[in-house]
Parts: sequence; C-alpha cells; structure tokens
Amino acid sequence: MSVWPRFLPLLTLLIVAGPGTGSAEADDRRSGFDFMGPQTQAMQSDDTSNPGMLAVLEGEELWNRKAGAADKSCADCHGDATRSMRGVAAHYPAFDTGTGGPINLDQRINLCRENKQEAEPFPWESEEILALSAFVGHQSRGMPVQVGDDSRLAGFIKQGDDAFHQKQGQLNFSCADCHDANWGKHLGGSVIPQAHATGYPIYRLEWQSVGSLQRRLRNCMSGVRAEPYSYGSPEFVELELYLMSRSRGMAVETPAVRP
Amino acid sequence: MARTLINVPPTAKRGEVIEIKTLISHPMETGFRTGPDGALIPRDIIHRFVCTYNGEEIFSADLFPAITANPFITFTTVATESGELALSWTDDKGQTQTETAKITVE
Amino acid sequence: MILATRRDILRTGAALGTLLLVRPVMAKPADMEAAIRAFTGTAPINSGKVELVLPALVENGNSVPLTVNVAHWMEPNDYMKTIAIFNEKNPQPNVAIFHLTPRAGRATVSTRIRLGDSQKLTAIAQLSDGSFWSDEAEVIVTLPACAES
Repeated sequence: MSVWPRFLPLLTLLIVAGPGTGSAEADDRRSGFDFMGPQTQAMQSDDTSNPGMLAVLEGEELWNRKAGAADKSCADCHGDATRSMRGVAAHYPAFDTGTGGPINLDQRINLCRENKQEAEPFPWESEEILALSAFVGHQSRGMPVQVGDDSRLAGFIKQGDDAFHQKQGQLNFSCADCHDANWGKHLGGSVIPQAHATGYPIYRLEWQSVGSLQRRLRNCMSGVRAEPYSYGSPEFVELELYLMSRSRGMAVETPAVRP
Repeated sequence: MARTLINVPPTAKRGEVIEIKTLISHPMETGFRTGPDGALIPRDIIHRFVCTYNGEEIFSADLFPAITANPFITFTTVATESGELALSWTDDKGQTQTETAKITVE
Repeated sequence: MILATRRDILRTGAALGTLLLVRPVMAKPADMEAAIRAFTGTAPINSGKVELVLPALVENGNSVPLTVNVAHWMEPNDYMKTIAIFNEKNPQPNVAIFHLTPRAGRATVSTRIRLGDSQKLTAIAQLSDGSFWSDEAEVIVTLPACAES
C-alpha cells in the first residue's frame, strides 16, 4: 500500500504555502538549540543532566589510555587536552595533505591512531570514536566555528553545497527544501531547524545515545527515502564540510542534545 | 563500572533544602524491543536506586522499563550535617554500583 | 500554514521515513486502573498534595522529562512516603516508585521517561498516615521526523 502519494500535495503545500522564510543568512542564523523546547534546552545546558557529557568523560579516559604497538596515549603527545585541543574541533573538517582532501575529526583521530599509536582505527560510529570526538569537540565548546577559510577546500565546499541543494530520494527533497525554505515550521510534530551542525557528536533523544553528524545525515536521507551514503564516503565528508562552513562564526555546542 | 555524573552541592547551610542530581550511563533495555533477527532483546535495566546520607537512607526509587536510557534522577534533601552521600544503582543482573559525594554543612 | 488536521500531520510524519517498530500489545487504561488499585487497595484516593508535571506536547517520546512536586513540608511524623507513577498505554503500567523520607524537606523528584503514545499519566502518593493523594497529566506524543532506518 503506497501511502506517500497521499501527502505529496500536503508536502507541496508545506513548501509553497506560507511566508517564505528564505535561506538562513548570516543575520538570522540560529542554532538547533533555539528550536528545542525549554526542557530539552535545560537538558543540554546542565552538564549533570546532559548524557553527552558521559561520552565526554569516557573520551577523557580514552585520551589517557595507552594504545597500539607504540604503546602511547593521546596525552603522551598532546598533553593536557584542555590546552592542546582547545579550538581544534572548531576547524574540522579540515584539509589533509596526505589524502589531498577534507577529513573530519573522526578521521583525524583515526589517522593518529594508525600512524602514531600504531593501533587499529576505531570503526565508524563506535563508542570509542564517538567518545574521543565528543571529548575533543568539547574542548571547543563556546568557540566560533572556523571552517572553510582554507582555499584548498573551496572545490570540496562547492560539492557539498551542490549536494545540499540536490533533490534526492523517493520524496524528491533536497536538504535546502526543509532547512533553508521551511525552517521554523513543523514536520509532523517536530520543528524544522536550520541544520547547523554545531553540536556534534550529539545526544539525540530519538537514539537515546550519542551519535555523529553522519549518522544524523543518514537519518535525514532515510527521511526522504533516499539511499544513505556509507559512513566515511567522500560525499558525506564534503557535506559535513559544507555544513560547518555554513555555520562559520556560530558557537560550538559539543556535546549538544537534540530531539 | 558505568559512567556517572553526580551533582551534590559541595557546601550548604544547615536546614537548607538541596537538590541532588544523578545521571548514569545505561541502555535500559526494555525487553519489548526486537533485534535485527526478529527475536526479543532481553530486558536489562537498572531497577533500583538508593541514596544514603551518612549511612541513613534518604531517598530510593524503583525503576521500570519506562525510564529512559541513561537514567536521570533528581531529588531533594535537607542538609543536616557534613558528611558523605552514597548513591547506588542496582541492575537486573544484581550488580550494584555505588558512588559517593562529600558535603560540608555550615 | 495549511496543515489540515493533526491526523494529517501524523500521517505525514509517519510516511517521511520514520520506522514504525513492531510494537508489543500496548497496555490499556484498564491496566493502569488495575495497577493503581493494586497499589492503593480499596482506600479512597484524594486529589491534591502532589503535582505531576509533564510537557503537554513532548519533543520526543523516548525522553520525556517528568517532575513530581510535593506540596507538603515533610515532618518526621507527617510526610509523603511513597509516590508511584503510572501510565496508560506503554506495555507496562508502572513507570517508577519513589520512596521519600522526612528528610526530603519540600520534596521534588525529577526523571526522564519513555512514552510510546499520547496518554494520561497518574501519580499516586501515600502519606505517612496511610491516605492516598493523586494528580494526573495528559501528554501528546508524536512520531519524530527523520528517524533511524
């Protein structure tokens, strides 16, 4: 029983009707935090009630744990993360001279694991990589996102930009259709945010666990009935890069709580 | 040992009502979900939480699968004397984890 | 803004890729009544003294903040000793049972719960003299947009 044709007209109304809010320009950019209810905001703001902070604690322990054939911990090279990692996550995804393209924070951590610690890289979306990226990301909390100024990334940002505006899936929606043209309105019972990925990895209430931006993007793609990209695919990294450059100047919130 | 975040005010005035906040990492598997193979994932939750203040129980809770993953529980108590609060979580396997926090009461 | 009925909105949300988990047989309001009776026996249940606070429309049914306030200062011989929370439509009617002591002061307990559907929740509290007091709250739970698949 195919249900979606029934609300295609409804969805078209969603897009067409109502005052157009337009794309999120620099002056009216708002974090996903602003679109949440007060209780969920309180859950993020209080470090004792934010389950993402449990991942940060675990990341801190992993930071100090020796690993690999080199028997080194992150701390052995990088010392105290509150100083050495301050501001680092705000620059990711960044250009990697080794691969000649952008890499995200998880990939950077795994490159260190492989090359410096001589250990197995952590699998995508594993508890360890999420904990470490939450811990490192947390050291940039409150600082402005600074992604995309590197001219070597321009071409990749453009590809991410194109992907953001590309209609996809059975429902034939682009990211922009919801997040630029209809932010602030409701999709079902949820308010549509502007899609600024400033708090990743997040504790998503729907998952009841911490997850990466790529996991969230896979959910979006399932939402429009598109085949999600695989974890770590270049399409995802370019999209991450574009999203972060689009949030330039907004404050990092890692670890955020989102519905 | 599951990770915990506990907020007990380090100092308080005698007779003041203080709020204690606790968060522990646990999936709280309800026993009602099916796994990818279609079989029911067995229940595995924290079913009991107890807080003692210098050895005397001041608050406890019986938890059911309806409690969200990573259980968050806050409660109040009157700051009576300096000492130690002990917070314990017991899961369906019968394992208990206890964390402590000190408080100084003026 | 032309979204006709709430049912339309819910249908829209459902088709946009949210995974409808195969749900077990859900409890009915009768089950909640039975669970409450098991807790209180035949004693009368009064309104008041306890306040159950839940958001009217939840952000996500997987994590709903719940607070119970006791409007009754706790004295050694006169205190609210137990608060039991019940729900109508989850697979089980029980949510939590809180055991308080006179040392709670002006008692407030908070937690976060899971709700599978829009439903009514009831808090039944027992005073140290054996009397029962209750409060209710109605909550609307909708399916989330863009869930796991």
